[in-house]
Amino acid sequence: MSVKESLNVEAPQLSAPTSTEKKSCSQSAVSFDTKVNYDRFLDCIHCGLCTATCPTYVELGNENDGPRGRIHLMRAVTDERVELSPQIRQHLDLCLDCRACETACPSGVKYGEIIEPFRSALAEKDRNDGKKLDLFHRLILFKLFPSAKLTRLSLIPARIAQSIKLDQWFLNSPLKKLLPKKILALTEMLPPLGANLPSLPTHLPAKGKQRAKVALFTGCVADAVFRSTHWATARVLQENGCEVVVPKNQTCCGAIHVHSGQEDQARPYLEANLTAFEDPSIDAIIVNVAGCGAMLKEYHHHFKETTDQKRLKTFMSKVKDVHEFLDELGVIPPKGRIEATATYHDACHLRHAQQIAAAPRNLLNQIPGLKLIPLPESELCCGAAGTYNLTQPEMANRLGVRKIENVKRTDAELLLAANAGCLLQLHKVAKQQHLNSWIGHPIDLLDLSYQQKQPKL
Amino acid sequence: METLSQTSSLPLLEAKFTELLGKDRVLTSPSERLVYECDGFTLEKNIPDLVVLPETTEEVVAIVKLCNEYQVPFLPRGAGTSLAGGCFPFDGGVMIVLTRMKKIIELQVRDRYAVVQPGVINSALTRALQGTGYHYAPDPSSQIACTIGGNVATNSGGPHTLKYGVTVNHILGLEIVLHDGSILELGGPTGEQFGPDLISVFVGSEGTFGICTKVWVRLTPDPEARKTVLAVFDDMDNATEAISEIIGQGIIPAAMEMMDQGITQAVEEAFHFGFPTDAKAVVIIEIDGLQAGLQEQQDAILKICQDFGAREVRHAQTEAERLQIWQARKKAFGAIGRLSSSFCTQDGVVPRTKLPEMLRQVAAVSEKYGLRIVNVFHAGDGNIHPILLFDERDEEQVRQVLEASDEILETCLDLGGTVTGEHGIGIEKLSFMPRMFTETDLAVMKNVKEVFNPSQLLSPKKKLPSEDIKELKRLKPGRHAPH
Ligand SMILES: Cc1cc2nc3c(=O)[nH]c(=O)nc-3n(C[C@H](O)[C@H](O)[C@H](O)COP(=O)(O)OP(=O)(O)OC[C@H]3O[C@@H](n4cnc5c(N)ncnc54)[C@H](O)[C@@H]3O)c2cc1C
Ligand code: SF4
Ligand code: SF4
Repeated sequence: MSVKESLNVEAPQLSAPTSTEKKSCSQSAVSFDTKVNYDRFLDCIHCGLCTATCPTYVELGNENDGPRGRIHLMRAVTDERVELSPQIRQHLDLCLDCRACETACPSGVKYGEIIEPFRSALAEKDRNDGKKLDLFHRLILFKLFPSAKLTRLSLIPARIAQSIKLDQWFLNSPLKKLLPKKILALTEMLPPLGANLPSLPTHLPAKGKQRAKVALFTGCVADAVFRSTHWATARVLQENGCEVVVPKNQTCCGAIHVHSGQEDQARPYLEANLTAFEDPSIDAIIVNVAGCGAMLKEYHHHFKETTDQKRLKTFMSKVKDVHEFLDELGVIPPKGRIEATATYHDACHLRHAQQIAAAPRNLLNQIPGLKLIPLPESELCCGAAGTYNLTQPEMANRLGVRKIENVKRTDAELLLAANAGCLLQLHKVAKQQHLNSWIGHPIDLLDLSYQQKQPKL
Repeated sequence: METLSQTSSLPLLEAKFTELLGKDRVLTSPSERLVYECDGFTLEKNIPDLVVLPETTEEVVAIVKLCNEYQVPFLPRGAGTSLAGGCFPFDGGVMIVLTRMKKIIELQVRDRYAVVQPGVINSALTRALQGTGYHYAPDPSSQIACTIGGNVATNSGGPHTLKYGVTVNHILGLEIVLHDGSILELGGPTGEQFGPDLISVFVGSEGTFGICTKVWVRLTPDPEARKTVLAVFDDMDNATEAISEIIGQGIIPAAMEMMDQGITQAVEEAFHFGFPTDAKAVVIIEIDGLQAGLQEQQDAILKICQDFGAREVRHAQTEAERLQIWQARKKAFGAIGRLSSSFCTQDGVVPRTKLPEMLRQVAAVSEKYGLRIVNVFHAGDGNIHPILLFDERDEEQVRQVLEASDEILETCLDLGGTVTGEHGIGIEKLSFMPRMFTETDLAVMKNVKEVFNPSQLLSPKKKLPSEDIKELKRLKPGRHAPH
């Protein structure tokens, strides 16, 4: 007997549908395999303790837009109690994948292991139904972004435009209306791009006595937009006695594909990374972008059968977030004073997916002169959530504004976040909400302190 | 009575609501109403015919008036963390969800009160008060999710109610939308009322007397200091007797919580706090108040524990250690999820001195049915929460869990206690009402209910047993969260 049968699942108890309901019910009535391990549903005891930590529920107050509701919906679809209606899809699409619900859940529900297979089943269903991905997903998200090189090239015009302030003129002019919405969102999101730095060398020696040999993961979009943070990370690691290698043949972590339910497309990236970081003399694979770190640490969920498990395990056991690594290693305190107030936003993929909260704060507290002010709702998603701000701009903006308002309450001069997506989003919304704080990665600030420099306020 | 879905008024009502609230705040499609079929009590399910999300008192009034006009049943819902099925829509009807009414209207720290809308999350209020030197005292274990309105409706308690009292002790005033849409205001910033204390009548009425739309709550000064003690016992009876003795000596701890061997082992397996897994009971005692005198109280507690044969007594030396001890208590939830795929938490109260006997009876029930039962509970008020572990896919076990639960609750009554400490009656405990109360008691309650709820359109069939509850077949025990 299958699990489902033995559960004695109640028959649908829907009341007689009205005419409007019938319409939404009758389309695509075929059932489909949702691919979720049924035990993951059973972990949820329906207590509701997760609801108030969910950003979309906090904003909308609708149970359908909270974790318990979403699990209920996915289970009901799996049990064939309801049709997969457009409304259900919409509520699931609105989920940010921020995993705040996992942190709150007392029963250890692995929400990510429910929604991700469900999403990929949805994507597969769409493909079978002959639905094509839109151009934006096919070209920009899946082709351009995962390639650091292509993204860098595509940014050249933006870099020039920014340097002569053409971008501001453009964004304020009626011409703005000519751009497709998602591309416009992208343009508005660009942080100050700064000088076009060279890529990191493949090898950087440790400073002082060598304490570890580490490999730096540079990713895709991040390497294009945040190369300066990669340089800072390498320098901070060197300062802490680490020999740093930067494998050339590494690639995108594949998160963009996995989060859109396109796991098969992510597989080549995984294989390339396994090979790139295979050197057994490496003690740790250091990641400074929370989203990539979470993905690399969870490779085994997505590639259970499809790759050599032993090789995968070795790889995953070495993946460390940069704060986590330095905090464990014991950071050598920097000496440069930075007399400023700062506040730290918990990137979801660090706080919730990797459960890292104390390490970045511990590191920041090592900077002489710096005063860290707690950020209200620091654990609530800022709306960036990978590519969410491109696919769900309205909710993304609501959450962004909420975040910046909280930041304003702290009066902090510096705003820190350890994820590329968050930094992009914070830059964008801060500009829109006239907040002038310096916005950067904790490691950027640590690096400045080691270099006896000041953030340019 | 015809249910709403059987009448022709549904589309009309739907149109009126949409006109009033806009499309986004009226849920009509079956797939969107589905998630409102149950709350934390999952044994019984029924999908409401319409779900509405008001944001203001005026909107609630208008909704209630429309429900009266069309003669359809309606009921309020907060965060839906009720463990007794308080949000079960008996006849379908309109569910009024108050989670968008979440404004903190006023914080008056100097006058020690706050005014909030009912959908404010309990811990959001506490967070908003951080740094002011005051807090909102009632702290149900569900506080990160449940609403103040839900707390008022169920008269919630929590670990710290031992000293600070339950919700009703912290409510100064209420704004209530009555069954017919009229607004009743009780009390206010100073808590002054004339005549009988109607606030106390309303608090705990589980949504059957009206919909609370605004709450004036009392703020409590943060204690100057706290001390937390953890005592390990080799014998359950000794542990419970130590607890009675502490209270007997006139010490009123802020909280006094107990975990038995089963739960300690589970917590230890999952989180490695360093608890002895062979001990029979771990007791957490917290005292708070003025710095002066606290040390003597702690010494007295340590001595009592030792006198009653505690194997080990620790006290938190730092705030971090204190938090760690509480973490262990709070993480008990998660640990259970790891022990068993399904579990059912019971909620009963016995006089504190009857705790040893009660726990022996629970152990006997466990043995009789061959079911694993672990205990974690608010020992200070004799509020037990035996957690029955089972596999919901095994029908025989499911039946046994139901019988075992009833037997435990019967024992609570036999020992002079009640069948609910804090989860309320909802629909889960309806069948116990005639056992708990005399016919006269029930008749008086019914009369009072009729004053507030003459048409019975508001939360029909709740709280007091009626003929219709026989419709409810208990199939499966709810997979409740322990706390
Ligand atoms: C893990 C867990 C731990 C818990 N721990 C505790 C505990 O320690 N102590 C405790 O007392 N309870 C506890 N509970 C039970 C529950 O959380 C409380 O009863 C809580 O007060 C319910 O609040 P809610 O907002 O979720 O209300 P809901 O569950 O939505 O509603 C509960 C009842 O209140 C009514 N209601 C809701 N809002 C209003 C309103 N504005 N006006 C009128 N009626 C209304 C509803 O109709 C229903 O009858 C726990 C529950 C869980 C899941
Ligand atoms: S992942 Fe985030 S947005 Fe999605 S349900 Fe969980 S808390 Fe809500
Ligand atoms: S996901 Fe966890 S917290 Fe949320 S309802 Fe399920 S068991 Fe409760």
